Amino acid sequence: MVWNRKDLLGLEELSKEEIEFILSTAESFKEVSTREIKKVPALRGKTVVNLFYEPSTRTRVSFEVAAKRLSADVINIATETSSVKKGETLIDTGTNIQALNADIIVMRHNYSGAAAMLARSLKISVINAGDGWHEHPTQALLDIFTLKEKLGAINGLKVGIVGDIAHSRVARSNIWGLTKLGAKVTVCAPKLLIPAGIEQMDVRVSHNIDEVIKEADAINVLRMQFERDEGAAFPAQLEYYKQFGVTEERLSKGKKDIIVMHPGPINRGIEMSSGVADGANSVILEQVTNGIAVRMAVLFLAAQARDKDEKNTD
Amino acid sequence: MKKILIKNGRVIDPANNLDKITDCLIENGKIARIENNLTLSQGEVIDASGKIVMPGVVDMHVHLREPGREDKETVLSGTRAAVKGGVTSVLAMPNTQPAIDTAQNVRILKDVIKKDALCNVFMTGAITKARLGKELTDMASLKKEGIIAISDDGSSVDDDAIMAAALKEAKKNGLLTICHSEDKNLSVKGVVNLSFTSTRLGLRGISNESEYKRIERDIGLAESVDASIHIAHVSTKESVNLIAQAKKKGLKVTCETAPHYFSLSEEDVLDYDTNKKMNPPLRSEEDSKAVKEALINGVIDVIASDHAPHTENEKEIEFDRAEFGVIGLETILAVSITELLKEGLLDWPTLVEKLSLAPARILGINKGTLSVKSEADVIVVSPLDEWLVEEEGIVSKSKNCAFINRKLRGVVECTICGGVIVFNKNQKL
Repeated sequence: MVWNRKDLLGLEELSKEEIEFILSTAESFKEVSTREIKKVPALRGKTVVNLFYEPSTRTRVSFEVAAKRLSADVINIATETSSVKKGETLIDTGTNIQALNADIIVMRHNYSGAAAMLARSLKISVINAGDGWHEHPTQALLDIFTLKEKLGAINGLKVGIVGDIAHSRVARSNIWGLTKLGAKVTVCAPKLLIPAGIEQMDVRVSHNIDEVIKEADAINVLRMQFERDEGAAFPAQLEYYKQFGVTEERLSKGKKDIIVMHPGPINRGIEMSSGVADGANSVILEQVTNGIAVRMAVLFLAAQARDKDEKNTD
Repeated sequence: MKKILIKNGRVIDPANNLDKITDCLIENGKIARIENNLTLSQGEVIDASGKIVMPGVVDMHVHLREPGREDKETVLSGTRAAVKGGVTSVLAMPNTQPAIDTAQNVRILKDVIKKDALCNVFMTGAITKARLGKELTDMASLKKEGIIAISDDGSSVDDDAIMAAALKEAKKNGLLTICHSEDKNLSVKGVVNLSFTSTRLGLRGISNESEYKRIERDIGLAESVDASIHIAHVSTKESVNLIAQAKKKGLKVTCETAPHYFSLSEEDVLDYDTNKKMNPPLRSEEDSKAVKEALINGVIDVIASDHAPHTENEKEIEFDRAEFGVIGLETILAVSITELLKEGLLDWPTLVEKLSLAPARILGINKGTLSVKSEADVIVVSPLDEWLVEEEGIVSKSKNCAFINRKLRGVVECTICGGVIVFNKNQKL
């Protein structure tokens, strides 16, 4: 496949083949991180800017490690949106970074659609590292990569996504990606946290965690972001844990080899018990490791598309 | 004042049940004669063969932004946009800075209009002081200065008792109350329609309920005090049904919709284009169809633009942070022609009625007609010609148009206001 997309904004716009292509590219990069010298020259001379408008350690570090293992130069910019409100617009910030001759902007932003807006305004690549409640494509790609590694194929798998679906970009990207690859997805949450019309994404809706665990080949447990509450009604933390928390007891009633994923950071005792997080079914740390390979693939493909683009316009 | 003779156009004047190819003579700023085979020895003759000759559009929902936000629009730039779009009368909304809530502020606006306006500008006063929904304005004194309607547009008066009192006071003063019917407790911080679209975009949704529940209340209050109300920017099927029921009951309820509600739908926002962010939001395909249907069956009386200019700084930012609203004066007529005449949904006379006569009657102004001796507000339109909406061509101060890059049918050749040619396509203003 020839990769022509300079940006990665979400999985909604990708085809099944494109998602599979990213995953297979990631497979070939995974081995790099096991070498004694963990570096390839694929992005030598390229500059990757991590532009983070929201505090994030793991995604930012994962992208930074990925870029460095590809020999890119990495610059991290962390900005609080509150100060941006008074100052520079997002487009101005983007064009300034472009004027530095940077090649790729990896952006985390608290507003949905911010990555799309930036990508429209720039010639350089924009990788969405999470925008509002909209999408977090690399997280979903690494989740799917991990599932594929563990279970062989995605087609026909039963996957439960548990937690605050309404406010989760991880959920949206996972749903788009998994359903395109043929998985049967069930989302599980209290009614208040199920967004309007979600069934149109070809998923089943359940409010019963036990029923979901019973059927699932894998569950992806989302972080409950009580801190993001902005007037929306949220269940009390303890009440949530009682009704939807993934515990060893609940898990014991599911398939023996059920895979338990979590995008991190975990709220132990809120969305899952410590026993589950650290237990035999958990692949949480493997997800972190795979994140590097997936992000290497995404950066590599974006840079390639851009190089081609430049040659064509020359 | 020179005489103008418009020859051989299809003259459409629903007020007089007129729709035929004939001539129209304008003398001393007024319609002098509408007859066949008129001639003119001195003055301007406009050949309107193959063109529509109709009363200028009366746009009863326009934000001119003056006084206070002259960076977005002024009376001058707004009326320049109006006449280019075939609009000869506008009703200015009072949510300026300061709001049009005192006699003094009406006078400020009146002076600007007198000095700068290129077409008729009618004024709306606020329902409550500073549009805060707390304390009624002195409607009698506002009316004395010339306002013809009241509205807190942009906000709804939340308190039932205050709204009921406002309707009574408006009735006493012979003023029409225009309702921005929105329950902000239900729309909260929403920015797009609440549906699968808001879910897909990861944006907060605005429910249909936030609109129609408030319309239901406003109709109920109007009924209880026997007052006239006009519902602004109707966008949902439930709203349409409620208004249909009210009309059936014989209540004094009229309403308008805007071109974007019948020509676009929520799917058009999927690219996060802030030029498609407005309040109420673009709704579902089903709602858009219901609005169209209501225009056809007469439940919706009026098409008005809700022209809402905003600067680039307020629009070229993250979707959540961008201002609500789009401009519409330059496209109201062409979008209506494009969307409503195709497949014969509406005929020309009905379209002219929705755009000119009906709003004039609702507002009680002597406009929207070509009756002999009335002020000559006339436009000449090429009904089949197409044009591409381009940012460069927009004359409004703001460029936040939802129809950029769309091809529209219907070109305004010439706009005459008070017997004076105020816009001619082939001449720079």
